[in-house]
Amino acid sequence: MICQECNERPATLHFTNFSNGEKTELHLCERCAQEQGEMFLMNQGAGFSINHFLQGLLNMDSPFQAKTKDPFQQQEEVLQCENCSMTFPQFLKVGRFGCSHCYDTFREYLIPVTRRLHSGNTTHHGKIPKRVGGTIQLQRNIATLKHTLSDLIAKEEFEKAVDVRDEIRALEKQLAEERRGGE
Amino acid sequence: MSLERFINQAVSSWMSEDGPDSDIVLSSRIRLARNLSDIKFPTIATKDSAEAVIQAIRERVIAGPSTQFGPLELLKVDEIQPLQKRVLVEKHLISPHLAENSLNGAFLLSENEEISIMINEEDHIRIQCLFPGLQLSEALKVANDVDDWLEEKMNYAYDEQYGYLTSCPTNVGTGLRASVMMHLPGLVLTRQMNRILPAINQLGLVVRGIYGEGSEALGNIFQVSNQTTLGKSEEDIVDDLKGVVAQIISQERSAREALAKTSNIQLEDRVFRSFGVLQNSRIIESKEAASCLSDVRLGIDMGYIKNISRNILNELMILTQPGFLQQYAGGPLRPDDRDIRRAALIRERIQMESNE
Ligand SMILES: [Zn+2]
Ligand SMILES: [Zn+2]
Repeated sequence: MICQECNERPATLHFTNFSNGEKTELHLCERCAQEQGEMFLMNQGAGFSINHFLQGLLNMDSPFQAKTKDPFQQQEEVLQCENCSMTFPQFLKVGRFGCSHCYDTFREYLIPVTRRLHSGNTTHHGKIPKRVGGTIQLQRNIATLKHTLSDLIAKEEFEKAVDVRDEIRALEKQLAEERRGGE
Repeated sequence: MSLERFINQAVSSWMSEDGPDSDIVLSSRIRLARNLSDIKFPTIATKDSAEAVIQAIRERVIAGPSTQFGPLELLKVDEIQPLQKRVLVEKHLISPHLAENSLNGAFLLSENEEISIMINEEDHIRIQCLFPGLQLSEALKVANDVDDWLEEKMNYAYDEQYGYLTSCPTNVGTGLRASVMMHLPGLVLTRQMNRILPAINQLGLVVRGIYGEGSEALGNIFQVSNQTTLGKSEEDIVDDLKGVVAQIISQERSAREALAKTSNIQLEDRVFRSFGVLQNSRIIESKEAASCLSDVRLGIDMGYIKNISRNILNELMILTQPGFLQQYAGGPLRPDDRDIRRAALIRERIQMESNE
């Protein structure tokens, strides 16, 4: 089957849309799907659902197949979340995780998924919850200050650099204390 | 009940108040998705696990009612009337999914309806803040405050790499969906939407009609929102959206100016014909009502129609939906009867304006 969008490459991704009792199908190649796919995903009103997208991911040369531990074919090694019993194939089928522990269980397979869904991003850079976030904010502040420090040194603004260095030391001390307290 | 009293009770602040740029931006909304660690996500929840989420929320509310947002009332979806549910959905306070398909669905609502917190929707917790006009940063601030208040007493599912963990991987990271509702008749009339939509999509934003199905946007009302939630900070997501919205606003304003210059009399004719339809019809379908309301609102914004408040569009788009019509009628209505009721309600509402 040829991609409906470019009419050039073979269609490897297949979307099905049900709306008003009518079924429409869309067959795209990987490249066109990548360009359009995210639009469908977010446009939930249009009914193109994420599970079709995730299933589509499996039909192509993906890191899933490159893994020696194939999460599908070797039955005995199927990844399963200990907390909620969801398996990786189940997740791909429904497109939803069962619980927060699933992220840990499936972690090594999630990078290509999040990369595709979030324009290449795989790491959170936003808000950190005050309590549960624990020392993450502290670590992030230290990293930012270290960056500032090297900038200041490059600009030869040594007086300011000394202040920043002291600030980093104080935070590192705080971090060490919090870590000790947490254990 | 008199229409005036009905409207006073039915209208939330975002519908009746003006905000920045509210000639084009009807409302701004922030949604944060949050989950509790260790409890199954709503997708595979059991009655017990879903009840545990409600219990955690209830304890939070009892432990310390939030003085900063006023009282928040906890309501269970199963305990309210079907018609009331529908009205809440039509007001965008709860989602159709929460109203119809949730297990142990519940929600918290602030008095002015600016804040709603859905429980056991697709995620355990969805915080929503809805403000009039273009006020994304203001809405984000309130949503963050609500979020901090909740987090004081509950353990969120959070991961150093993936941020806030959500049921669907499309929401992971910030769990933030920022959106604005825009009235864009100028761009539609000058046939520029087809040119603008792909450009907006390329910037990583999604545009869709709010009313109506598929690609049609009833009442020329569009929702613009961010697509990705992972990788950028909340502030950056909101700033990027604001930047694009500012551009759409200026394009809409130039489209309106161009229309006034090139087809002034045609536009005036269109506006007053639509006004006539709303003032006089005895039967009106929602599609025609939406289109006429959009014309009249444009007429108000452009100064053709005076002495009518511009909120008439926001209000009547909501109040003429099936749930509201039936609530106003005091019981179920067949579709034919709704069209008659809708026409009557619109006529009366316009009458109210001229009496003032
Ligand atoms: Zn193609
Ligand atoms: Zn799990």
